[in-house]
Amino acid sequence: MQYHTPGSFDDAATIAAKAEGVTRFLAGGTDVLVQLRADMVTPDVLIDIKHIDGVSDIAREDGGWRIGVAVTGAEMTEHPELDKEWPGVVEAMDLIGSTQIQGRATLVGNLCNGSPAADSVPAMIAAGASVSVVGPDGSRTIKVEDVPTGPGRTSLEKGEVVSAVHLPARGDNGGDAYLRFIPRTEMDIAVVGCGVNLRLDGDRVAEARVSLGAVAPTVLLVEEAAQAVIGTTLDAAALEALSAAASAACKPINDKRGTIEFRTHVAGVLAKRAAKIAYDRAGGAK
Amino acid sequence: MAPDGHGTNGFKVVGTRPNRPDGVDKVTGRAKFGADAAAPGMLHAAIVRSPHAHAKILKIDSAKAEAMKGVKAVVTRADFAEGLTGENWNILENVMASDTALYDGHAVAAVAASTPLAARDAAKLIEVEYELLPHVTDVDKAMGSGAPVIRTGAADKSVPEGMHPNVVRYHESGHGDVEKGFAEADLVLEDSFKTEATHQGYIEPHACLAQLGPDGKGEVWCCTQGHFNVQKVCAALVGTDASQLRVTPSEIGGGFGGKTVVFIEPVALALSRKANRPVKLVMSRSEVFRATGPTASTSMDIKIGMTRDGKITAAQGVFRLQGGAFPGAPMEFTAMCAFAPYALENVHQVGYDVMSNRPKQAAYRAPGSPMAAFAVESVVDQLCNELDLDPIEVRLKNASKEGTKASFGPKFDRIGLVETLEAAKAHPHHKAPLAEGQGRGISCGFWFNHGGETAVSLALSEDGTVSLSVGTPDIGGSRASMGQMAAEELGIPYEKIRTTVADTATLGYNEISHGSRVTYASGLATIQAARDTVQKLCARAAAKWGIDEDAVVWEDGCAKPSGPNAGEFEPLPLARIARSMGRTGGPIVGHFEATPEGAGVSFATHIVDAEVDKETGQTKVVRYTVVQDAGKAIHPTYVEGQFQGGAAQGIGWALNEEYIYGEDGRLQNSLFLDYRIPVASDLPMIDTVIVEVPNPGHPYGVRGVGETSICPPLAAIANAVSNAAGVRLKELPMSPPRILAALAAQADG
Amino acid sequence: MTMIHVTTTVNGDEVEFLCDPRETLLDVLRDRLALTGAKEGCGTGDCGACSVTVDDRLVCSCLMLGAEAEGKSIGTIEGMADGEALHPLQEKFIEYAALQCGVCTPGVLVATEALLKKNPDPTETEVRYWLAGNLCRCTGYDKIIRAVLDTAADLRKAS
Repeated sequence: MQYHTPGSFDDAATIAAKAEGVTRFLAGGTDVLVQLRADMVTPDVLIDIKHIDGVSDIAREDGGWRIGVAVTGAEMTEHPELDKEWPGVVEAMDLIGSTQIQGRATLVGNLCNGSPAADSVPAMIAAGASVSVVGPDGSRTIKVEDVPTGPGRTSLEKGEVVSAVHLPARGDNGGDAYLRFIPRTEMDIAVVGCGVNLRLDGDRVAEARVSLGAVAPTVLLVEEAAQAVIGTTLDAAALEALSAAASAACKPINDKRGTIEFRTHVAGVLAKRAAKIAYDRAGGAK
Repeated sequence: MAPDGHGTNGFKVVGTRPNRPDGVDKVTGRAKFGADAAAPGMLHAAIVRSPHAHAKILKIDSAKAEAMKGVKAVVTRADFAEGLTGENWNILENVMASDTALYDGHAVAAVAASTPLAARDAAKLIEVEYELLPHVTDVDKAMGSGAPVIRTGAADKSVPEGMHPNVVRYHESGHGDVEKGFAEADLVLEDSFKTEATHQGYIEPHACLAQLGPDGKGEVWCCTQGHFNVQKVCAALVGTDASQLRVTPSEIGGGFGGKTVVFIEPVALALSRKANRPVKLVMSRSEVFRATGPTASTSMDIKIGMTRDGKITAAQGVFRLQGGAFPGAPMEFTAMCAFAPYALENVHQVGYDVMSNRPKQAAYRAPGSPMAAFAVESVVDQLCNELDLDPIEVRLKNASKEGTKASFGPKFDRIGLVETLEAAKAHPHHKAPLAEGQGRGISCGFWFNHGGETAVSLALSEDGTVSLSVGTPDIGGSRASMGQMAAEELGIPYEKIRTTVADTATLGYNEISHGSRVTYASGLATIQAARDTVQKLCARAAAKWGIDEDAVVWEDGCAKPSGPNAGEFEPLPLARIARSMGRTGGPIVGHFEATPEGAGVSFATHIVDAEVDKETGQTKVVRYTVVQDAGKAIHPTYVEGQFQGGAAQGIGWALNEEYIYGEDGRLQNSLFLDYRIPVASDLPMIDTVIVEVPNPGHPYGVRGVGETSICPPLAAIANAVSNAAGVRLKELPMSPPRILAALAAQADG
Repeated sequence: MTMIHVTTTVNGDEVEFLCDPRETLLDVLRDRLALTGAKEGCGTGDCGACSVTVDDRLVCSCLMLGAEAEGKSIGTIEGMADGEALHPLQEKFIEYAALQCGVCTPGVLVATEALLKKNPDPTETEVRYWLAGNLCRCTGYDKIIRAVLDTAADLRKAS
């Protein structure tokens, strides 16, 4: 295995473009090293992107935030402002693994690992986040929901590397939340995850994004679930419609973490619970 | 033997809570566990394991691996002893497959190389050609008609004719007439239960460092619950003399029964012999789950009859245990423990030991008993609910006592079940109000406890301090409790004694640290070795004073004349006698060797409150109380630790831990990520009550405490969850999908 | 095999080593630097027995490459006591029997020290969630949690 520590994203992209065999980028390493130790994936080329300037910064950008690819969950949680604007995204990241994992894990790593159960991804999708990508042919920006294409797969081309995450401006009367179901209180992979982001007009929901994790080959953005609450005050009927729409969107599998029936049912339960939190955060409770 | 010398009072050291002698080493990272040893010239080994549940091994080609730089030896079954029979053959077959891989993870070859990475890379280059065979992993399917046969001729004579060849042992016991008993009942309930296999889940993977020379002399360093057993088994499997093999136990990072078994030491020895270099072999976590001892999985049918006022008139149970690809599932313990808490006129129990394509089951803390308690105590709880009776009163009404003919045959000696039930009843937890969504569960549990071969030696130093050598690896703080018992007898401070777990060259044979036997048996041997020492000390004083040995007594750490008639002499402290021992007859060493058979049985009663989220099926254990009879608690803090640890493991077993096999017979969850043991945030504080009803078979009344603590939790939690959810849970673990499915099934009528 | 040369600081001492790019920081600590206090219980970040600090941040040393240690400051259990004086957490763990087999103990102590530096007055729930990545199979956590809470209280009184 070759180990590289490029000083720029262009260099990283160049190394990756030329690499032969299995290539992995190393940010927090909490998936890459597990796969290495478990003999699941032994990269031929490993590109550590933590030596690139600015990768550990959380910075203001167009009223929103630019989050570096090496920013850890712990750094996001400790940031004085981020969780006031995007508590759902910060909580989703914070739910991943232990305190120790939080010291290393990153948003981009969680995204690019391509797991449908990645906790931060539904939260980012609900938030309307995007990522910048540097490749051999230049840069582009893509929506987070367009990155995963299947379990362990992404839409990134050979030689492309994510260089930053962008969270949009929070704006007024908005709130987000993320909930997941796990059998224990910590340390498990999500059996179901749900991110909800709402903007209110008075006490009515004006805009909504609802995203579900671990219920399909990729994280889902569920338009029907959003429509179920837009224009409502999130009353009981709206919550039931939301729950039904969320469950209806599920295309899960039976596996060691849960059954089809369980995931489908709990997706509806979490959608309701997360929506209520997001609604309160958007000021709907006042 | 009756409790002697001391009552339950009058102890000076026993019952206090001194610091453990291994404490500083363990908090500074200095303590040496299995994987922490190194030797000059050491090689590292890796094992090649079958990815198939059941497959004929057609060919093993190690040419590519052997050609790799740094590779020094490859071994297969051909490198082990031939002609073994009985249990040694079974162990070898599990250590290294011969012609058939019997489960996912079964070892088929091993390699030693210069670095751990080189060994792992080389293992991947060893090519094994398999022919897949049909497999079975479920207990009911494995004994059903048409199930693939794991091995013909494995059954012993106990098995009735006409059973599937995978049923390899059969047990039947009981007394009275259950049909007559059921006819006398006002309510008879009958139900079936299943439990999945769980793993002991020790945090330290198996590890060893081994050296075997061409002269047949060898050394093994390993983490084990029984190094004398490692010596015996390894010698047989690699074909050398037991005495030529010295085995030194490392600190052990948890065992709970799982480290009573030999897995990797013979492999490291065989590689070492071939390479003529020391070989270190450390399992990965995945190997631990795939190839070392889970518990048996079970399928059980229980039928109990009760009168309206709570008297049990008859009880019957059928217990089918799947124990992996070898005989040995502890179904007779399951059967014998099932109804032990109850004084029954009519009781009948049947057990089946069933083989399947899974790793060989290993002991796990009271092997077989927790599952039985789950099934039986669930039915008792149902009976209490339906007849509107208090669960503690019903258990008190039917409780086994001294003189009761046990469900498994003999009459109970002095036991403490009633005392644990009374203490539970008096505990504030029993009457505390429950919040919305919560349920309370109560269960009793029983374990036999064990004695076993034991040897202890106690040597005095000239400065009056003491070296105590025991042969039972310290798995729960026993070096402290042994030191306390020796200090008690010798009348010297605890700090003046250093307790060591001695290697196989130092002491006579000691059985494994299992069966909750250490504080009982090594404790008894320590007391006797100390008394032997005292006798020798008194003899030296008698000689000095010129009086009869009988005229000297030992009090408060000094030899004293037994009375005015013996003469007037200043008391002689131990240190004074020790200082001159070289001139008064030589070194003073006390010892004791025996197979004590008076291990007192132990009972416990647990109370647990659980809260169930009916929308997600998630359970939270909100309050837990353990009440258990310890006979006499030598070190109460460590006794509490055993109670709490057993309860926590039981909570994991009840709620989330399970072996999950795919259709292909491969284990799906071989990491701690998906084998979900309780984490700190899952658990409440665990309250403990130590009941002390002395065991007549130990000088201080000690009963083993390590195992009984895991017997009641499965049932207590199942009762709490069932009462909270409003539906009876009959299958473990009660994972959220299972709870939701049970609720849905109930809603569907 | 191309080995990587790494210069780093461990428990305040500068150290150099060569490692294979695949070796984890845990492999390096144990096999190359003979610091065997950190344990491999799982190798996948699930058990916390290998906990160390890297630039004062708590991590699993099994989930970091040895090569990544270049220029960092590593703290392990071997650096917790000050000479012969044990850290108050170490003292309390012995006194409370907050360990049985002791194999998880180095990781638990390193994690707990990091907690108390960040939060000198944690609640029981905060301690439990902070330590959720440190599996203990012996104690049921009860005595560990009590030892941490009482050490924190002692340290607050002393400061």
